[in-house]
Amino acid sequence: MSILVNKDSRIVVQGFTGNEGTFHASQMIEYGTRVVGGVTPGKGGSTHLDRPVFNTVAASVKEAGADVSIIFVPPAFAADAIMEAADAGIKVIVAITEGIPTRDMVKVKHYLADKKARLIGPNCPGIITPEEAKIGIMPGFIFKKGHIGVVSKSGTLTYEAVDQLTKLGLGQTTAIGIGGDPIIGTTTKEAVELFMADPETAGIVMIGEIGGGMEAEAAHWIKAHGTKPVVGFIAGQTAPPGRRMGHAGAIVGGKDDTAAAKMAIMAECGIHVVASPAEIGQRMKEVL
Amino acid sequence: MNIHEYQAKEILKKYGVAVQGGFVAETPEQALEAARKVKEEFNSDWCVVKAQIHAGGRGKGKIAGTEHRGVQVAKNPEQASEIAGNLLGGTLVTIQTGAAGKVVNKVLVAQDVFYPGAQEPKEYYMSVLLDRQTKRNVIIYTTEGGMDIEEVAENHPEKIHREWVDPGVGFQPFQARKIAFNLGLEGKAFKEMVAFVTALYKAYEETDSAMFEINPVLKTSDDRIIAVDAKVNLDDNALYRHPDYAALRDLAEEDPTEVEAGKYNLNYVKLDGNVGCMVNGAGLAMATMDIIKLSGGEPANFLDVGGTANAETVEAGFRIIMSDPAVKAILINIFGGIVRCDRVANGVVEAYKKIGDVKIPIIVRLQGTNAVEAKKIIDESGLKVYSAIALKDAADLVKQVLSENSAA
Repeated sequence: MSILVNKDSRIVVQGFTGNEGTFHASQMIEYGTRVVGGVTPGKGGSTHLDRPVFNTVAASVKEAGADVSIIFVPPAFAADAIMEAADAGIKVIVAITEGIPTRDMVKVKHYLADKKARLIGPNCPGIITPEEAKIGIMPGFIFKKGHIGVVSKSGTLTYEAVDQLTKLGLGQTTAIGIGGDPIIGTTTKEAVELFMADPETAGIVMIGEIGGGMEAEAAHWIKAHGTKPVVGFIAGQTAPPGRRMGHAGAIVGGKDDTAAAKMAIMAECGIHVVASPAEIGQRMKEVL
Repeated sequence: MNIHEYQAKEILKKYGVAVQGGFVAETPEQALEAARKVKEEFNSDWCVVKAQIHAGGRGKGKIAGTEHRGVQVAKNPEQASEIAGNLLGGTLVTIQTGAAGKVVNKVLVAQDVFYPGAQEPKEYYMSVLLDRQTKRNVIIYTTEGGMDIEEVAENHPEKIHREWVDPGVGFQPFQARKIAFNLGLEGKAFKEMVAFVTALYKAYEETDSAMFEINPVLKTSDDRIIAVDAKVNLDDNALYRHPDYAALRDLAEEDPTEVEAGKYNLNYVKLDGNVGCMVNGAGLAMATMDIIKLSGGEPANFLDVGGTANAETVEAGFRIIMSDPAVKAILINIFGGIVRCDRVANGVVEAYKKIGDVKIPIIVRLQGTNAVEAKKIIDESGLKVYSAIALKDAADLVKQVLSENSAA
């Protein structure tokens, strides 16, 4: 088992024919992901990477049975792309795009409130169920099928954790990069809930960073409902207040935003918190 | 992106938000002129001279080596000019600038708003920002204006009010009235506050701002509501929609090294430590800083080289990190996913040779695609570079290098 996506997922790529879309769609196809087509408005009817190109997401749903979309369109058009996918009935929308204005995301969140779609991202590496479906920009070879669920705000830090897990013989059910923006579709808590409910997942790695209250929210939920061991790490213990550290959401505004505050809450809630990112895999092995 | 008070007030004015009037000046002569204009427009000899820097606490802050405070009242235009002379070119140190302070290049000569009248003037606090929890914009306000809001939140949380805005319908008139009532206003001041907060929210939304903070919002002695200070932070991601606001960027307010890094698309933040780092990805970059600290060092910077770590970006990164004399070692931490480690390794070697005279130890940790080949390239390069594959080994190398440093 896995969460959200698997070998039966039928993926449509929004922004299919652009540079990013082309490169990463090729990699996804090579990984064995079932990419059923792409959307580039105005290029409908043509073929790209041996797959049909549609003018609209709705057409890809109707004609190719798409149920998951991945978005590579530029920031100025990304909010529109997310809403189009939700309107078309896509179940899981993965927004890779970095740099979407916050005001656009406030609207998107509002728009999605009464839709069935689940948004992952934006500004994220995507989601992967190893050996079944890679819907993102992560290097597929470091992942291995197994029993650990991984949720993280960051890209390369996720790869770091997964690589440690895989080398210790701990494969993954699914790994989700939820993104580093102030407003994102799927929160840490929501991802943890999904992993707790997944019978194949035996342990969860939860990687956060400075800024926002998502890790504390997840920790409190884990304390009340958790049934599986969770290993946690918060990046940015040495980050100065008031400075944006790369990700738009990674900024210490108040005292609850700090890594120290988050780590303390997580530890109180029974999460196995590691101080060093080099210990994530090892600690998971110990607590399983 | 932060902008100056005088720029923020220009924007507010455009949206119909009442602000303390004033004129900006870059020399004492211009300040004299500005003060005369203030006198003409507001019918008072008095004015306020305010240093324009991107930091709060100006009123209490002082120009380094002097007793000149960053915000001062002048009793006539000549005195305003004299105060401007004392501030301009000086380095203003406030609780927010750190010990280094910030150079004052401009002053705002503003109207004295605490003029006597029928009522006692009263200060309020108001800010607009995104509430990440509810994913909605929120207006935060309190009757406790003119003070540090964090302190009010700590000591009198009951005095802080919040009004969330529904993204579907936007800010509503009843919300504006609620805010004015909660602030205890009536009559003319009530009406002015309703108009003030309505215009303020519109300005926040339409400028794609990340934060508006008006502290204080003043009820004058004749019951007018005006913004006396304005701190505006614009959403960087939305600047493409507002080229006129993007042009308000003041490079003099930023660390020159950070500006230089930006030219190479490197995301660099200068810190005070002794170990520099260069990493791909923001999360891993923060985690690498943490590792440096855990290994006994202090991170000298945050540096995310992004998705492409090639010879050119690595070289630029090297030069930027090494321009900081406090740096005693550099840790390069690249997780090669799509980007191959052997390519990065060749980039590191090329950059190292190009720079030539590298006096500090460099630790290169390359993990991911072709990590073993990459380590071999580094090890056989003949350069004084330590290599590692596992993150833990890299951490140990930082420790080792630092202890060798202190021994030498």
